[in-house]
Amino acid sequence: MQANLRHMLLAVRDLVKRFPGAERPVLDGISLDVEGGEIVALTGESGSGKSTLLHVVAGLEPADIGHVLIDGQDLTEMDDRGRAALRRSDIGIVFQQFNLIPSLSVARNLAFQARLAGRAEEAQLDALALRLGLTDHLAKYPEELSGGQQQRVAIGRAVAGGPRLLMADEPTGNLDEATGDTVMDLLVSLARTEGTALLVATHSQRLAARADRRLHLSRGRLA
Amino acid sequence: MNARAFAFVLSLLPLAGFAQGFAGLGSDADGYALPDPATRFVFPEDHGPHPDFRIEWWYVTATLDGADGETYGVQWTLFRNALAPGGDPDRQVWMGHAALSTPDGHVSAERLARGGIGQAGVEAEPFEAWIDEWRMAGPTLSEVTLTAQGADWAYDLGLDADGPFVPQGVEGFSVKSEAGQASHYYLQPFYDVTGTITLPSGPVEVSGEAWLDREWSSQPLTGSQTGWDWISLHLDDGHRLMGYRLREADGGAYTVGTWIAPDGTPDPLEPGELTMTPLRIAEVEGREVPVDWQITLPERDLDIRVEALRDDSWMRTRIPYWEGPVAVTGTHEGRGYLEMSGYAPPRQDD
Amino acid sequence: MIRTVLSALLSHWRRRPFQLVTLILGLALATALWSGVQAINAEARKSYAAAADVLGGGGVSALTAPAAAPIPVETYVALRRAGWLVSPVIDGWIEGDRGRVRLLGVDPFTLPEASPAAGSLDTDDLAGLVAAGGDMLADPVTAGRLSAFGDRVVPREGLASGLVLTDLTVAAELTGQQGYSRLLIDPVQPLRQAPLDEAAPDLALSEPQTADDLGRLTDSFHLNLTAFGLLSFAVGLFIVNGAVGLAFEQRRSVFRTLRALGVPAGTLVGLLTIELLIFAVIAGAIGILLGYIIAASLLPDVAATLRGLYDASVEGTLTLSPAWWLSGLVIACLGTALAAAGGLLRVARMPPLAPARPRAWAMVSGRAIRSQLLLAGLCLALACLALVAGGGLAGGFVLLGGVLLAAALALPAVLSGLVALAGRSARTALSEWFWADTRQQLPGLSLALMALMLALSANIGVGTMVSSFRQTFTGWLDQRLVSDLYVSARDDAEGGRLRTFLEARAEGVLPIWNTEGDILGAPTEIYGMADHPIYARTWPLLASLPETWARMGRGGGVLVNEQLARREDLSPGDLLDLPGGFRDEILGVYSDYGNPLGQVVIPLQVLTDRYPEAERTDFGVLVGDGGTDDLRRALEGEFGLPADAMTDQAALKAFSLSIFERTFAVTGALNVLTLGVAGVAILTSLLTLASMRLPQLAPLWALGLTRGRLARIEFLRALVLAALTFVLSVPVGLGLAWILLAVINVEAFGWRLPMFVYPLQWLWLGLLSLAAAALAGLWPAVQLARRPPADLIRVFTHER
Repeated sequence: MQANLRHMLLAVRDLVKRFPGAERPVLDGISLDVEGGEIVALTGESGSGKSTLLHVVAGLEPADIGHVLIDGQDLTEMDDRGRAALRRSDIGIVFQQFNLIPSLSVARNLAFQARLAGRAEEAQLDALALRLGLTDHLAKYPEELSGGQQQRVAIGRAVAGGPRLLMADEPTGNLDEATGDTVMDLLVSLARTEGTALLVATHSQRLAARADRRLHLSRGRLA
Repeated sequence: MNARAFAFVLSLLPLAGFAQGFAGLGSDADGYALPDPATRFVFPEDHGPHPDFRIEWWYVTATLDGADGETYGVQWTLFRNALAPGGDPDRQVWMGHAALSTPDGHVSAERLARGGIGQAGVEAEPFEAWIDEWRMAGPTLSEVTLTAQGADWAYDLGLDADGPFVPQGVEGFSVKSEAGQASHYYLQPFYDVTGTITLPSGPVEVSGEAWLDREWSSQPLTGSQTGWDWISLHLDDGHRLMGYRLREADGGAYTVGTWIAPDGTPDPLEPGELTMTPLRIAEVEGREVPVDWQITLPERDLDIRVEALRDDSWMRTRIPYWEGPVAVTGTHEGRGYLEMSGYAPPRQDD
Repeated sequence: MIRTVLSALLSHWRRRPFQLVTLILGLALATALWSGVQAINAEARKSYAAAADVLGGGGVSALTAPAAAPIPVETYVALRRAGWLVSPVIDGWIEGDRGRVRLLGVDPFTLPEASPAAGSLDTDDLAGLVAAGGDMLADPVTAGRLSAFGDRVVPREGLASGLVLTDLTVAAELTGQQGYSRLLIDPVQPLRQAPLDEAAPDLALSEPQTADDLGRLTDSFHLNLTAFGLLSFAVGLFIVNGAVGLAFEQRRSVFRTLRALGVPAGTLVGLLTIELLIFAVIAGAIGILLGYIIAASLLPDVAATLRGLYDASVEGTLTLSPAWWLSGLVIACLGTALAAAGGLLRVARMPPLAPARPRAWAMVSGRAIRSQLLLAGLCLALACLALVAGGGLAGGFVLLGGVLLAAALALPAVLSGLVALAGRSARTALSEWFWADTRQQLPGLSLALMALMLALSANIGVGTMVSSFRQTFTGWLDQRLVSDLYVSARDDAEGGRLRTFLEARAEGVLPIWNTEGDILGAPTEIYGMADHPIYARTWPLLASLPETWARMGRGGGVLVNEQLARREDLSPGDLLDLPGGFRDEILGVYSDYGNPLGQVVIPLQVLTDRYPEAERTDFGVLVGDGGTDDLRRALEGEFGLPADAMTDQAALKAFSLSIFERTFAVTGALNVLTLGVAGVAILTSLLTLASMRLPQLAPLWALGLTRGRLARIEFLRALVLAALTFVLSVPVGLGLAWILLAVINVEAFGWRLPMFVYPLQWLWLGLLSLAAAALAGLWPAVQLARRPPADLIRVFTHER
């Protein structure tokens, strides 16, 4: 099975996650594979376990049972430090709330994860800013930006370090439809050009339609 | 008189002593000279102090008529008290009492001085008795000026005696109780007085008569005596009457006195010969004090009423007592002084 | 409705008990230090008043003879006989166990009723007082120090401490004094009197001595304590302000909901006020108890200080009035009101549909920091004004307070600038974030850091002052105590024999003879100085004319102490009028620490010529090598001198130093307490911030930093801020020390001290403050490191 999985960027196997006190598991035997450059949409009702799946895959939350392999490395067998290192270098996350660092300028926020991973290149960051339409806003602070602009910074931060796997949790949830479309365009095009796998959790059908593949999550299981 | 001793001695003793009455004062005489019936007065030496005795006083009262038509009374007293036997001047304490009785009220003042430094004392010749600026002085005790003052009053009087000094008791040996307590005691009841009293309203010229008591002793009272009532009266017919009633704790009394002829011849009265009966009780400073008396001396056909000019002739001194001028009516007319001591506030036991 | 609303409001504290503890603790500490200091001050003042009352005759004026000479008995009698109601008093000292005791001999026969001594006596006392071997009345504690007098000592409540009341003759016998010290004038005088200048032309009328006289001497000491109390109170209020602010901020959504449900703003504010009042009363009560403990444990040292420095007797026991308890509660309530006013105002103004999203309370904008900086400038300007224009002790303290406050207010701005500077040189993403985030957190921590700043600079300032003082003082003692042995004869005749005896056996005998007199209107000590070369070698002169010592030797001038020189603006070359109509040139000014009075030194021969009444009993002896003990024994044998009539230099030095140490023991204790309160302030601020830090830290964790690493960074941040604050407080503390040494000391004591710096002390203090910050930072950091990931994830999933 290991050999079989080696070419997969992300392989999730029999993942079970139960929150303490909950009647049933929030994730109940999830298995999925994502290839490099593939765009996968994860849909489902609120509480279906979309966010939890993303968190477990990002190594933010441990699984009870099952394995998560990123480029062949099993997250579930790593310690905190290992998972953090993996997040730094190989995973980019975009949150619904943007979660920028308010004390840092847009330019610094944009470059933050790339620099943490030791992969920051001036030229590449400039190009990224240009592409995100943020060139004029680099000296500003997050609080001075609109929601759409903030989410573009968050996306830029996530992709700047060249992650293998990009995850987005309701990236347009806090944005109006038009802005949401723009943000999604950006995500898709960045994933395509950088060859990054993109796993996006959303309950927007418009968004899901842009994916290569759609997975529907219901009561902790993939439909 | 004993009243003064009472006031003075108690002022120097713990209040505990007061609560016990005078018990023990007799035994306290140990070491002091005792009155001796054989002693005869020698003047002017005996006008001076007798420091071997425990207590002694120079006591003047005067009844006066003002140029303003009002009646006034004056008291001037100097007490000597030995703190220890032996006559050491340093171990003497002096006390002065002065009072002025006017139609408007009764004012009094008190002075104390330790002996041996010259703040107070008595010299026999020329005569001078003083405490602070209060003075009784003259070439002899028969011719003196008398001065004292308080915060807003003063008096300056000239006293001139036109009669002799009158020994009390037997040749000056005056017995105070059936138990034998006694003192040396003489009077000068024949002073004519002229002078000035100064009141807050201004000076008033006065004239009248004065009375001097001189007494020294070491055993003032018996333990059962609670107080006394004392009179000194100038009668219009020229006689003088001195009398006192020593009250016993059991309600009885020891009453003695002297009937003095206009020429100064004393007739000592036997105990009980003189009667003193309260007619009216006044409330003064929360105490019940008899201020109106019936006094009889059947031997002399004397039946008089002695009435205080002012009910509140109260001495506001360390040990307070009543002392003030009186008017005499009845078989004899006249005036004089009344002193009453040992009337405790009603809240205390008698 | 009110009960429902109140329970909704109070439920907050059930969920966050720690916040409640913080609030109560801050308020209780503030109240404790404040009321503790107040209790000490009140106790001391009460003692002064009692002492001054009895010693000076309270509101009764007195007659005194020039140069404090005794008044002859004849003069007293002449006055009495001239109609003056005056009462003699003998005022002296007797040796008790553990130091001397004031002896007041009165004349019970003439004592004015208006005099407090009369109030202390009752009729029962008279017989005992005037009896042979009369009673000695003293309060029970003082009575316990008079074992040598046996049964004569009668304990009596209500007398001033350190005072024995006796009859005049007893006092004359115990002190050996001839005549009287003064005559009290009865306020009620008789109608007619001879004029006073006829009756007693030599005597001068002196107005009643009041508690003020002693009060002025000890003012500076109490002002010192009060300043510390106030400082601690301010530091405590920082804590309360933080806790109240946080509680309000966290309940914003509750407030909004309550308002939306129809609770009027007035009711809400009213209920919040009641809630705070309850807390204030509880915390106030705790604080008062703590204050009592502080006062009770510090008072013995305070009492010792006051006794040693000023001869002011204060009993080492505490009696507290209901007013004190009440004032403690009031100050707690006032403090709470002050700390919560801003929060309440915001609640009152909050529209019912205000956004629930907490405007992080800590994130005060840069504008606030700037306006605070402006305020700091204002304080500094005021301080400078006080320095230039204002004189007096009060001016000195305005200067002190202004500088401290300005420094504290400017701190956030300065720290912000420093952190920004550090951020500019940061190279990695993490360090950039570290500095940027530190700067952003500054407003939230600024109150605690200001508190730390106040505590640290006060510590450095006071520490520098005390150490400078100690160094100067010990050096000065070495110079000043030139003799090896100090000997006191019992009277002048014995003094003469003693001198002859000593001159045959010692290298030198230096008479220490003195008198007292009015110089420029104030009582001044006048000492005679023997012409001996050792003075020229050792006597500490601050300023002098050429050939000072040669001229002193020729009898041509005087030396004055620094106190007198400063008070009267005298310098060498000026002419000085001495009692008796003499006028001399000032040849030099010498330092004279620890002496509240002015002092003049004149050549010995001049002293004995001009003031024959000067006591001639005291001598300093230059023994030479190691002969001190032999000489002591010889003196004991020859003169039967008691041991306490001979003091060797070492003992005198030790005694002087022990007074000194005790003086500042209280200061030291308060210093430590203030620093402790500041430490608590940092801890509570950090804990408060920690709960709000999560949303800011979670993204970094998501971006690949472990919780442990984040915790270490947070810990480091607390240390860095504490360290920066410490570094900044060093110059402020030195400024403070300068003000204390060169302004306050001069005003309070009349001497200026050189300033020495003690970097080792700072190092120690720096470590201490780092330790405090580390201790305070450790808990939140450990909490962060152990935080379950679910807590962090909640940041991303929940709409807050």
